[in-house]
Amino acid sequence: MKGNEAIAHAAIRYGADGYFGYPITPQSEIMETLMEEKPWETTGMVVLQAESELAAINMVYGGAGCGKAVMTSSSSPGVSLKQEGVSYLAGTELPALIVNVMRGGPGLGTIQPSQADYFQAVKGGGHGDYKLIALAPASVQEMADFVKLGFDLAFKYRNPAIILADGIIGQMMEKVVLPPFQPRLTEEQIREARPWATLGKRAGHHNNILTSLELDPARMEENNLRFQAKYREIEEHEVRYEEIHCAEADYLLIAFGSMARICQKVQEVAAEQGLKLGLLRPITLWPFPSKAIASLAHKVKGILVVELNAGQMIEDVRLAVNGEVKVEHFGRLGGIVPTPDEVLTAVKKTFL
Amino acid sequence: MEIKDIVRPENLVYSKPRLLNDNPMHYCPGCSHGVVHKLIAEIIDEMGMEENAIGIAPVGCAVFAYNYIDIDWQEAAHGRAPAIATAIKRLNPSKLVFTYQGDGDLAAIGTAETIHACNRGENIAIIFINNAIYGMTGGQMAPTTLEGMVTSTCPYGRNVELNGYPLKITDLVTHLDGTCYVTRQSVHTAAAVKKTKKAIRQAFENSLARKGTSWVEVVSTCASGWKMTPEKANQWMVENMFAKYPLGDLKNE
Repeated sequence: MKGNEAIAHAAIRYGADGYFGYPITPQSEIMETLMEEKPWETTGMVVLQAESELAAINMVYGGAGCGKAVMTSSSSPGVSLKQEGVSYLAGTELPALIVNVMRGGPGLGTIQPSQADYFQAVKGGGHGDYKLIALAPASVQEMADFVKLGFDLAFKYRNPAIILADGIIGQMMEKVVLPPFQPRLTEEQIREARPWATLGKRAGHHNNILTSLELDPARMEENNLRFQAKYREIEEHEVRYEEIHCAEADYLLIAFGSMARICQKVQEVAAEQGLKLGLLRPITLWPFPSKAIASLAHKVKGILVVELNAGQMIEDVRLAVNGEVKVEHFGRLGGIVPTPDEVLTAVKKTFL
Repeated sequence: MEIKDIVRPENLVYSKPRLLNDNPMHYCPGCSHGVVHKLIAEIIDEMGMEENAIGIAPVGCAVFAYNYIDIDWQEAAHGRAPAIATAIKRLNPSKLVFTYQGDGDLAAIGTAETIHACNRGENIAIIFINNAIYGMTGGQMAPTTLEGMVTSTCPYGRNVELNGYPLKITDLVTHLDGTCYVTRQSVHTAAAVKKTKKAIRQAFENSLARKGTSWVEVVSTCASGWKMTPEKANQWMVENMFAKYPLGDLKNE
């Protein structure tokens, strides 16, 4: 099935309580699949087409505030609209899952694939000092698997998580093993596991107030320091990445999502020509696998960062490498996807 | 008979609602918010809905509504309360879900969320405080500011050529099939307070009975924003606001 469809099925099977979205190419199959599946008749999951991306992300805020497992999905221009709500989710420390099936920008851009929302996803697209847990799937299987991973991490840290896919991963069809069904939590289970949820004040309990507002700057600084401490903890424990043939490599490719798939082909072609290329694929874009990259930096002669953008992740790679070795970028823009030969040519031109 | 013989529990005719806590309110003297807060606290208690009520606070003067009424609250981004309420109610159909919003929040920045929540017939209650001005940010023009009315961003009076017309959003939502109850009330006299209480109670009951969207506009004063004494503000409201925003039920199905 398509990556987008896998997300929808995985959400139902996760026991998600709600999906709120607004149509946009190239990810509309997520809501279409959910509407076709009618999970409200089976698991009780609510699926609602909102009047806008703003409304959708705020519906997510409302649901998340009730301790429910809620999500939204969109593509780049729509995700820009959601940034207000994303900042509020982070500021109120609400867990939620956001999916961005990226397309080319800026502006209305193109409906073809892109990875140009990297900065928006990992550097904070909305206002304020906050971080999203950012997962980058490179296969339809990971589109399905990262729904559970994203929700679980979001709830573990009371922080929104984002699946940063692109039009290729969303639209391509692959075999996939869907995760098993797990039941939705009951209200009692939610009250037990998430005592902060606004489900109605229990007698003898304090009322729950969910807000990102704090007018006393001393307390607002405390809030921010608490967020930062949480982000450091996530950086400590939740870094995920994949290394392919890195041990014996002369040069290293670093790519995420669809570009990592293309880079695997580049590795094959290069090997046939006697050129040993390693591939490091960040799975979490934040927290970023800086340590893994730093430790590989002095083992290789050069690093090429391959992205469907003008050079975004390369900034984090360079920070990790800290000048140890030459780090260059190769990317195509505007919805163009490079062939493996193009990437290999770029490796040779850059380093040989 | 001495005073102490009179002040006894059995002689009490009035008390502060149980759910209204002791936090000192930040509202200005003469402001309508305090009265409406009291009514909400009273009604939720009388309905026995304390354990099942979820309020959504706006951005505006009532942003701190959650500091005064002891129920569960979510604080919304500016104008987004109806979207938040939509999800809360859909995910928790048995709860009493209401938004508390001002004119800028509901009728300017949140117009789309407001209209679409009403049009979907979300089973929520919307309490709309219309004082025709942005109180919290210091008295700027609101969508409901009257023609000719002076604010800090229309210092020569609202000029419809420049600023457009006052938005009668309550009339607008009356025409939407999703609303079941639309009323316009005020809290400037004891009788008006009683009527508003009845209206909010009905809106809350409609939410629980899942009859559609209920809407209670409370035409309100903002003595500070209008730069009047509380007494003068009430008088000005009766003379000017009620002409544009007449009180009464617009829809009750």
